[in-house]
Amino acid sequence: MSEQKTKSKKEKYQEVAYYPGCALEGTGHAYNRSTKALGEELGLKLKEVDNWNCCGAMEVKNIDPKIQTYLSSRVMSIAANKMNMDVVMAPCNGCYHNLKKAEYDLENDDKSKEVVDRLSQKAGHETYQAGQVETIHALDWVKETIGEEGLKERVKNSLEGIKIANYYGCMYTRPRHIFPEKDAGPGTESTSKPHFMDDLLEAAGAENVDFPLKTACCGGAHTLSDSDTSTRLVSNILQTAEAAGAEVIATECPTCHSGLEMHQIRAEKTLGIKTNVKIIYFTQLLGMAMGLKPKKVGLHENVSDSFDFVKKKGLV
Amino acid sequence: MTSLQDIGRRLDELIAKPPAPADAAEFLSLGEETLEHWVKARGKVPTQDQREGFRLLALHRQGADKEPSFNACRETCRELVYHYNLLTLDPDHPETGQRAKMMGWVANHLYLFTSGKMENEQLGDFCCASKPLRENVDAKHNAQ
Repeated sequence: MSEQKTKSKKEKYQEVAYYPGCALEGTGHAYNRSTKALGEELGLKLKEVDNWNCCGAMEVKNIDPKIQTYLSSRVMSIAANKMNMDVVMAPCNGCYHNLKKAEYDLENDDKSKEVVDRLSQKAGHETYQAGQVETIHALDWVKETIGEEGLKERVKNSLEGIKIANYYGCMYTRPRHIFPEKDAGPGTESTSKPHFMDDLLEAAGAENVDFPLKTACCGGAHTLSDSDTSTRLVSNILQTAEAAGAEVIATECPTCHSGLEMHQIRAEKTLGIKTNVKIIYFTQLLGMAMGLKPKKVGLHENVSDSFDFVKKKGLV
Repeated sequence: MTSLQDIGRRLDELIAKPPAPADAAEFLSLGEETLEHWVKARGKVPTQDQREGFRLLALHRQGADKEPSFNACRETCRELVYHYNLLTLDPDHPETGQRAKMMGWVANHLYLFTSGKMENEQLGDFCCASKPLRENVDAKHNAQ
């Protein structure tokens, strides 16, 4: 552990405990497939967390936030105590957010510690102690291990000529207090204007447009329901991206991605607003830039059909 | 005070016409009026104070007081102010038309979020507050 702590992020993140979470086994399967394929192509190792469970998501958090803290802590406990890993990588913003929140709760709230300890004993596994693992997002993983220069060297199909609006959604940066490593000076991620996805895609040749709604609310928990409010908010995000000149909205969260795709269709039906902007995971875009075939990164699993688009852009 | 519906209509009109930097002041003012609705609905008197030189930011802070989920529009407010500065401090910039267009869409997002939250108060709870959605439902249930 002490040896691990002296390692640089670049070294530490070469092999991480991979926590896909529930969405990546369902609606976000393309993100799962593309994350694994990209990691393999870049020579990075993912060790899936053994017998992982739901992070607590919204459903559990709504009923009892301390149970959510326990559920997230169990994932981190397995990674730390059973797999002897120091880093957990969660590509889903919801999982990433919940693990970070659990970490914060366990560091700052005695009641949460009590509940987690009691439930861990009952479940028969070691109690997770704050600080045992570091939770990172897929963006941190690629940025810190390969970085912009490394990506530039590996590009086989440049994303040149593709105009991208990068949409980070809400849970990647909010609430700010659970992300102490962000806003920590040059080179770190910003909570008000995140840029890691912009940096990586630009390194692969893409042209990022000036997009002012990078972290704007899309309706949050209501995105996957039939809420008219969500449709209006998502439609505004899509129209803004198009007005900014984007052909693609790059995503890094399965909930954002599904919400944008589903409400793009619904906005046309219910509001008569048609948008043509493509919605593609950043791991799919980077994977194709590294020379992987669209199917290898799960492009066929997206609702938004972008095969013709990527073909036209020379990515096939 | 302009009704929320009329704010929405006016934003639609402004977005539909060719963008002009001169619209910056009206977009900012429509943003302030939108937030006034939220603050009033919480039983408070909208502040006349400014933060970082903008009443919009003071109104947002007032609106988010004890209501952390309202921080879901914090960055939207800051983008509105940023675009106002771009347009008023450098009106002859070659990108000025595009900037005015973007300011309109940002103002519209603030309007859609706030008006949506007036109808559905849980909006934003997912990310910003980490607050259980059931809290209010349970409180109401227990009071009955």
